Amino acid sequence: MSEKLYLYPVWVRLWHWSNAILFIVLIITGLSMQYSGTEMKFIRFDIAVAMHNIAGVLVTFLYAIYILGNTITVNSKNYRIREKGLIGRMIKQFRYYSYGIFINEKPPFPPKKNRKFNPMQLVSYVIVMYLFFPFLIITGFGLLYPETIFPTVFGISGIQFTAIFHSLLGFFLSVFMLIHIYMCTLGEKPSTHFKSMINGYH
Amino acid sequence: MKFSLIKKCLYLLAIMLFTATSYTSIGQEAEKRIPDFAEENGLCFKCHGHKTYNYYNEWTEQNVRERMNPYFIVDSIEFYESNHWNFQCTDCHSMDYENFPHDGELRMEEKPGCLDCHGGDDTYADYHFEEIEDEFQRSVHSDKHSVDFTCWMCHNPHSYKISARTSENIKEVIVYDNNICLSCHADINKYQLISDQENPNILEKHDWLPNQQLHFANVRCIECHAKTNDSIMVAHLIQPKELAVKMCVECHSQNSILEASLYKFQARENRNKLGFFNPSLLENSYIIGANRNYYLNIISIFVYGFTLLVILIHAFLRIIIKK
Repeated sequence: MSEKLYLYPVWVRLWHWSNAILFIVLIITGLSMQYSGTEMKFIRFDIAVAMHNIAGVLVTFLYAIYILGNTITVNSKNYRIREKGLIGRMIKQFRYYSYGIFINEKPPFPPKKNRKFNPMQLVSYVIVMYLFFPFLIITGFGLLYPETIFPTVFGISGIQFTAIFHSLLGFFLSVFMLIHIYMCTLGEKPSTHFKSMINGYH
Repeated sequence: MKFSLIKKCLYLLAIMLFTATSYTSIGQEAEKRIPDFAEENGLCFKCHGHKTYNYYNEWTEQNVRERMNPYFIVDSIEFYESNHWNFQCTDCHSMDYENFPHDGELRMEEKPGCLDCHGGDDTYADYHFEEIEDEFQRSVHSDKHSVDFTCWMCHNPHSYKISARTSENIKEVIVYDNNICLSCHADINKYQLISDQENPNILEKHDWLPNQQLHFANVRCIECHAKTNDSIMVAHLIQPKELAVKMCVECHSQNSILEASLYKFQARENRNKLGFFNPSLLENSYIIGANRNYYLNIISIFVYGFTLLVILIHAFLRIIIKK
């Protein structure tokens, strides 16, 4: 690889790592609350609630920065999905992950300026960041200020509905995080992508 | 075409929301009862059911209108909706009250307590009145106060009605029961009837409680302040403040104490459904930690396990093949 590609500007890297730390805090405290009990004291319930609330507010703030950054900088170009041929491109990428990678094939969609994500990455990031994340923030806000929640939704308690929805979204995002971390080891060397997200160069 | 499909979905959603919110109001028609002593009691309510009363003053030979002592006013509607609805006033009060003006000494009469009627009566065996009395005697209400603290301090004999067993709406039970506590703890005049101490400010004392408003609206004071008892529906053993529940996880856990207190009746009536732990708690609220779903737990463990397995196999193959 001759010339290094500057893919991740400082604001993206700062946002990414602070978001990652807060997300880990949210997952740990969220699990701790969901599985709270008198016998197991992982994190004391009230401390877990306080930490989850603070991390939740900070993550919302970071999300606003992310949206703002993607509105006013060129980074937004990376998130545009070209529908034409998308399925084909995704299948190609899937084939690479499930077969090509083992026989040392070159990745079908290597990062380029303004196209840093491969098709599978792009679709999953858009779903996570523009669909799951807003719902997670809205339901989280509802649980932080329960008086804002409708008393009943489809005949069941609005808080219950919101809480289950919030937990499910949190669960899916934690699975996403697991896959995301593993996918980051698929660079030239297992540490390549991690280093990129630190120094900005691919 | 697409637009009409969205429109149809919106209509369907609106109908679902409407049916979900409206069916709760059906079938709540008040039970109509005809009291046996309406006529006799009517003579008392003629004065004691109003803020003013009229009588003929034989000394001045004039009709007089006087204000009724507010503490002696009994709301006849509340009375006939209460548990003692079919009583005659003179079942508990002296027959001499039938004469007017009432004899001043009558106010010294000893008033019957709960056990005077309910004690040792098999009809009321389910209610365990003797155990309630025993719990009350061991509670701070009895310990710290004089014999003036009777059942009537909390349960107004003219309006009291059981709610935990009969009310379908748990929120009503909560408001009703908490109002009993607040009738003293938020009313300095009544509080001073039995105590010379300063009435503690409830909001300040519960400053530490997260989401205070939500807790106050969704659980009763006794959930934390009374020791539960398996045979009594509503715990009466109010404990010293040092023994009050302060650990979040006592409620926010799979073994939530709320199943043995606030939701005791519902918990007995409906056991596990839809795989939720503590399902009766779910009907009215969602309590983090207490309302896990068995199936969602299993599915989440399976999804995590499957993801990890795929990752491990993928990583393993990469290492093996690259070698």
